[in-house]
Amino acid sequence: MKQLLEGNHAVSMGVLRSRVQVIPAYPITPQTHISELLAQFTSDGTMDARYIKVESEHSAMAACIGAATAGARTFTATSSQGLALMHEMLHWAAGGRLPIVMACVNRTLGSPWNIWNDQSDSMAQRDAGWLQFYCENNQDCVDSVLLAYAVTERVYTPAMIILDAFILSHTTEPVDVPDEKQADSFLPKLVNPHAIDLGTPRAFSPVVAPDHFTEVKYRQFDAARRALSVIDEEHKKFADIFGREYQSVEAYHTEDAEVVIAACGAVCGTIRAAVDRLREKNIPAGMLKIRTFRPFPVNLIRSALSGAKALFVLDKSVTPGLGGPLAQEMRAALYDTDTHPRIVGAVAGLGGRDITVDLVAEAVEDISKMKDIPEPLFLGLKQEADKS
Amino acid sequence: MTTPRTTAAGERSDLFITPGHLACPGCGATLAMQWVLSVLGKDTVLGLPACCFSIISGAFPHTPMNVNLVHTAFETGAALATGLKAGLEATGRGDAHVVSWVGDGGTFDIGLQALSGAAERNEDIIYVCYDNEAYMNTGNQRSSATPRFARTTTSPTGETMHKKDIMAIMAAHGIPYAAGASISHPDDLIAKVERAKDIRGTRFLHILVACPTGWRMPSDMTITAARLAVESGIFPLIEIEDGERTTVNYLPEEKIPVSEYLAVQGRFSGISEDDIADLQRWVDEKWERLLKTADVAGP
Repeated sequence: MKQLLEGNHAVSMGVLRSRVQVIPAYPITPQTHISELLAQFTSDGTMDARYIKVESEHSAMAACIGAATAGARTFTATSSQGLALMHEMLHWAAGGRLPIVMACVNRTLGSPWNIWNDQSDSMAQRDAGWLQFYCENNQDCVDSVLLAYAVTERVYTPAMIILDAFILSHTTEPVDVPDEKQADSFLPKLVNPHAIDLGTPRAFSPVVAPDHFTEVKYRQFDAARRALSVIDEEHKKFADIFGREYQSVEAYHTEDAEVVIAACGAVCGTIRAAVDRLREKNIPAGMLKIRTFRPFPVNLIRSALSGAKALFVLDKSVTPGLGGPLAQEMRAALYDTDTHPRIVGAVAGLGGRDITVDLVAEAVEDISKMKDIPEPLFLGLKQEADKS
Repeated sequence: MTTPRTTAAGERSDLFITPGHLACPGCGATLAMQWVLSVLGKDTVLGLPACCFSIISGAFPHTPMNVNLVHTAFETGAALATGLKAGLEATGRGDAHVVSWVGDGGTFDIGLQALSGAAERNEDIIYVCYDNEAYMNTGNQRSSATPRFARTTTSPTGETMHKKDIMAIMAAHGIPYAAGASISHPDDLIAKVERAKDIRGTRFLHILVACPTGWRMPSDMTITAARLAVESGIFPLIEIEDGERTTVNYLPEEKIPVSEYLAVQGRFSGISEDDIADLQRWVDEKWERLLKTADVAGP
């Protein structure tokens, strides 16, 4: 049955349907609605779970690690500074091969203070060893929680589902919340054979010396790489049960596209409209939505872009001294192909600035006329920025 | 495999930390671990942030511990234990004891926030601070548990601050049970673990573990030094229930001068007579304040 839900509450409903057992959480805008609804569910008996009111995000992730090591299905949610504070423990969770799911509501990082949306927070954690799934709409938000558990509990690599602040988190859309029976058939009870067994004393995450460390890290790497086919299998299983299809890389009009716009997250909705507008002007444009950012689906991206002459990568974060992270990943993925397209890295939407259909369509039109395109190209940059 | 052993009380128990561990000779922390686990038993899960025991407990694929041991980052002792307990409860094993085993750096300094959070929530954990009074694992740097005038690598001319009163901080949280114990008084230590075992909520055990390496003394002086700490009153053996009722469990017939405690340790070498007098005043004032507010346990 469809309900009107904001993206945050869609995540909470996904957590409810996933029958999560332990939820350590700490408030931060714009994530708070997720944990508030879960606090309500655990208080009124809707949900049989322990909600732990920890004193920081760092402790939230540490408590997740404890609960997951004990074998419980575990969830937390955060944003921005909270995710940055967790950084140390993100690596610990990933190295410990713990099947934790976390929602990251994308908000920029200070300084200066800004509570609005961009993808700086999650992109900064792209090397932490977590799977990353970027949601485009609120249906995606609820479904991604179930999908993330299904995947992480097979590959023992923690998973982050990522939704854009306010654009999804605080915006209401009709959402089909999976019913309990279907959810249970898709996501059975967690039985983690690597969890604590009181009868078998073991040391978890002990000192591992140089003679074994590389092999431990290789296994972690291999699990993240193998996750791509597991994600694909779970997408198919999900489609069979719920009738909704997801793909790690989703193409829109790329078959005959000469210029393809690539991005992650809710901005893909805007880009679809920009593609339509460009096509009305006889510019053969297309879009590539990168839903699975970790593991990075290199082969899927290569085959989807085999015909494109130009690739316009839209990043909602920027690495000072280099450019947009997605643009760098796309360049690396396409370097070894025969027909690799010309790649323009654009940065937009920082700190909550609106990315409009016009902004994207005009930028794509402009690049064919521009000779020296700066890397990255800041869209809509005001002249005042030059006066340093 | 567990190896039978005999406790001070003459009862057989299991050996929970086996020979082959990597502690320094004369390590007081391993004694504390053995006593605590001898009471709590095998259905105990240890949460272990960075501390001496991260190393003592050995490198993969070996472990000397006969209980489950979960390593974690430095500042997360109490937060990890919170999650472990919640996870064990969620998986039908809520009766297992969850012990946070944390050094003084991880308790007094970097982990104090997480400890305060867990204590305020009254998490059902036993938090043991084994206190060797400096960052010994990294080569003896001062912590806020280091006593005044002790020389460490980062207080080479003597520590300038007095030791932080962690027991008062924990008592202020109103937790059901907090106790100070010493490896020199195992019957008192065991009795306190027995009490802690039967209480629900956050239980805090502050155990003084003398450290020959860091305190710069021969490895056969561990028990002596720990005993002198108690006899001099610089480390009183106490219990605080619900943050209110304080009991002194051991009253020296006559407090020995703190100088006798300092004299057996190289870390106080070169301390001036004025500084000894200063430390003695500090100890005496604290001791008098303690006796004013506390009950004294009967013999």
